[in-house]
Amino acid sequence: MNAPLEPLIYDISRPGRIAFSLPDLDVPEAPIPAEFERDPELLGLPEVSELDVVRHFTHLSRLNHAIDVGFYPLGSCTMKYNPKLNEDVARMPGFTWVHPLQPEDTVQGALRVQYELQNYLAEIAGFDAATLQPAAGAQGELVGVLTIRAYHQARGDTQRNKILVPDAAHGTNPATAAMCGFKVVTIKSDSRGNVDLEALARHVGPDTAGLMLTNPNTLGLFDEHLTEIAEIVHKAGGLMYGDGANFNAILGIVKPGEVGFDVMHINLHKTFSTPHGGGGPGSGPVVCKSHLAPYLPTPVVEKETRDGQDHYSFRKLPGTVGKVRSFWGNFGMHVRAYTYIRVHGARGLRDISENAVLNANYIMNKLKDTYDVAYDRTCMHECVLSGRKQKQKYGVKTLDIAKRLLDFGYHSPTIYFPLIVEEAIMIEPTETESKTTLDEFIDTMLQIAREAEETPDLVKNAPYTTPVLRLDEATAARKPELRYRCFG
Amino acid sequence: MNYISHSDAERAEMLESLGLQSVEELFEVVPRHVRFPELKLPKALSELEVTRLMTDLSGQNTNVLSHPCFLGAGAYRHYIPSVIGHLAGRAEFFTAYTPYQPEVSQGTLQAIYEFQTMMGELYNMEVANASMYDGASALAEAAIMAVNVTGRRKIIMPRTVHPDSRAVTRTYTEPQGITIEEYATVEEALEHLDDATAALLVQQPDFLGQLLDLQKLSDAAHAHKALFVVSAYPTAMGLIKPPGDFGADIVVGEGQPLGMALSFGGPYVGIFTCRNEYIRQLPGRIVGKALDKEGKQAYVLTLRTREQDIRRERATSNICTNEGLIALIVTIYLSAMGKQGLRQVAEQSYHKAHYAAAEIAKLPGYELAFDGPFFNEFVVRCKSAEAVEAVQKACREAGIIGGYSLSEVFDDMADCLLFCCTEMNTREEIDRLVAVLKAV
Ligand SMILES: Cc1ncc(COP(=O)(O)O)c(C=O)c1O
Repeated sequence: MNAPLEPLIYDISRPGRIAFSLPDLDVPEAPIPAEFERDPELLGLPEVSELDVVRHFTHLSRLNHAIDVGFYPLGSCTMKYNPKLNEDVARMPGFTWVHPLQPEDTVQGALRVQYELQNYLAEIAGFDAATLQPAAGAQGELVGVLTIRAYHQARGDTQRNKILVPDAAHGTNPATAAMCGFKVVTIKSDSRGNVDLEALARHVGPDTAGLMLTNPNTLGLFDEHLTEIAEIVHKAGGLMYGDGANFNAILGIVKPGEVGFDVMHINLHKTFSTPHGGGGPGSGPVVCKSHLAPYLPTPVVEKETRDGQDHYSFRKLPGTVGKVRSFWGNFGMHVRAYTYIRVHGARGLRDISENAVLNANYIMNKLKDTYDVAYDRTCMHECVLSGRKQKQKYGVKTLDIAKRLLDFGYHSPTIYFPLIVEEAIMIEPTETESKTTLDEFIDTMLQIAREAEETPDLVKNAPYTTPVLRLDEATAARKPELRYRCFG
Repeated sequence: MNYISHSDAERAEMLESLGLQSVEELFEVVPRHVRFPELKLPKALSELEVTRLMTDLSGQNTNVLSHPCFLGAGAYRHYIPSVIGHLAGRAEFFTAYTPYQPEVSQGTLQAIYEFQTMMGELYNMEVANASMYDGASALAEAAIMAVNVTGRRKIIMPRTVHPDSRAVTRTYTEPQGITIEEYATVEEALEHLDDATAALLVQQPDFLGQLLDLQKLSDAAHAHKALFVVSAYPTAMGLIKPPGDFGADIVVGEGQPLGMALSFGGPYVGIFTCRNEYIRQLPGRIVGKALDKEGKQAYVLTLRTREQDIRRERATSNICTNEGLIALIVTIYLSAMGKQGLRQVAEQSYHKAHYAAAEIAKLPGYELAFDGPFFNEFVVRCKSAEAVEAVQKACREAGIIGGYSLSEVFDDMADCLLFCCTEMNTREEIDRLVAVLKAV
């Protein structure tokens, strides 16, 4: 076995090394009851110097691809540039060093940010109310579906035990509906990538609590029958949940609240540029129409004007579905998103979506003769190709194409999702990439297609230049080794 | 201002290659009457203007760096070493996504593997996942996991579990028809354990600061073959015995005290650990070791068939994005503080809280509400609910962020305040607090 790229911090550890300094204790020592005291020798943490720590994590960081390093066209994830300004603002001491339970009059600036962000998000998406509490998109889905459930229950409408979910939906949608106690009914897509209206009509009924719809959907397509879908669902007494993961396509283009959605989540870590941090934190605010507002997680932030002075405070909601997160949500992400909206204004937000959609169509158009496109029509912020031709003709799978892209310094697109597209390659360039980057990426995709034809093994064995090569994931899952053991 | 890279000329070229006159044509699929709505937003600002605005808003918040703070109650002001901001702030960590392509994500993956190791060590548990949203949702997911493991549908917990953790647990479990029974005290909770109980959930130290006899609780839960689930303050593990020593089945926690700034409540990070036998029921992401095709050691997301993207409505949880960066912060923190540093932080927090408690207890009109052992939080009973308000007001006037008024959560504790000390509180700060209380 070869040496690891970087040893574990535990392997670097040497007894007696330290990387911290604390003031001397300035109060008398109190006795520690023996039955509670831990043997300090049994605390399995490393012992390293400050330079050890710095080198170790710097080395690790250099093994990552990241937006600041290169193009990251990971579909559905909106890997746009994360402005440095947002980071500077989020690190201001009045935002970082504030305790969530401080008296309201000592946190008026923080509450104002939350209050205004609630309003901005509701305005941009066309809704009446908002909560910032959910920690990510999936938790926003949980909140949204719970408000739908609470709405039906409040009306004594208790037989609605099904949530309809299109087959193109992200896995969090059915998982969320199940967590909320609903039976999931899958609705198939039609030949143009829309929700199949006949299938919808067949499944909708008095037991329908709602439909979870992503629009634009995960095929990167704007549903051509949106109004009809909402009508069908509403007529049956169901509500429309919007998965707003793809909101980046439609800022200032259309307000989901004006085309039939009752409630929707927004991923601040996608559309509103908060950094993904290698898997989070995110933030998944939920916006809704007034008929669902009483059920939002508690509390929400309100403004009162007294003697010409604005005063912000938390208001508890008596009809709430409850809390989904401690305190008030991922405030640090709220600050970043707020800053981002203030920088852009209305026109700037529309520019984002226009450029995101232009970039995706530009890529699709240049690649559609070489790769199959899943649905040949104007796409929104992402395009879904298929590697089925390459697979059939040359035995080169989408996975191989994705891995080969890594050799050229790109992160791969999202692959094998949505599930309904064979050998799916889902490319989301975002608005922040330059034409130069797009052109180079297109050239690389064309080159890989040529390689697939001429030297298929070259693609099948990729990557070659990455810190590690393809991993044996099957063995890893069969014999899971999930940690180092300090004490054997 | 915006962050778009094209020049107008380049945009024109791109439109031309698509055979379009204007970018608006890309949106013809949107019904005309709702296309291009007006957004009522304040006008766009330059970087300079936004910085001014945000400096002003930040300045309207009293920060706990320049003010003494005795608030805890689930979020803790601990020292954050300088290395953390510099290392966790590296864009290679910061601007990466979930490590789906392991060949170009080894940095994130190895850091998570180290995180999982440290969480296991901290709580003396066998395995950990890659993080949950926060301590509260981690406890809620633990309740659901206990139901799935045992096939039983009742959860018992005392009200001395953090109120937000209880609230979130109720929200997550109620729609699934899981019964949550909450009792005033741990003793009362124990009386209601039976063979239909999936799990006993407790918090160590509890919400009121008290240290619990975990062995007794563990034995009581296991006598009914219920799981024993503990939510534990991770910093305290530097000094007190971890739940794993007493046979806990699932241990969760709020990771914020380990290097993450208070940030008005988030982002924080949920810690989730359990016994090895339950790994296939764990919620969330897990990193494992793997070999590449040349035999080089590496790390990869593993046991993925539990997750929503594969299992969909049958997944163990709907969680997707987690708190990766905060888990990294925790990992760097525990590397920097190390075995000795975490012990010292815990000891200092303990001693300072005991000093403060002893000094306050000497004052007429104040007494400690409990006489059991505590870590770094304690409840002070004042003469009346009015006295609590007077104390809070006096603290504010003295520029001190005082304790937490328990009237917020317990009707029968309206005359009580919950105080917290950490290594950040100097003796001089504590003496000032005591003087303020004395003067009320
Ligand atoms: C379409 C879609 N829905 C929902 C989610 C879940 O969002 P999050 O990861 O923020 O929980 C994602 C993100 O991956 C997504 O792409």
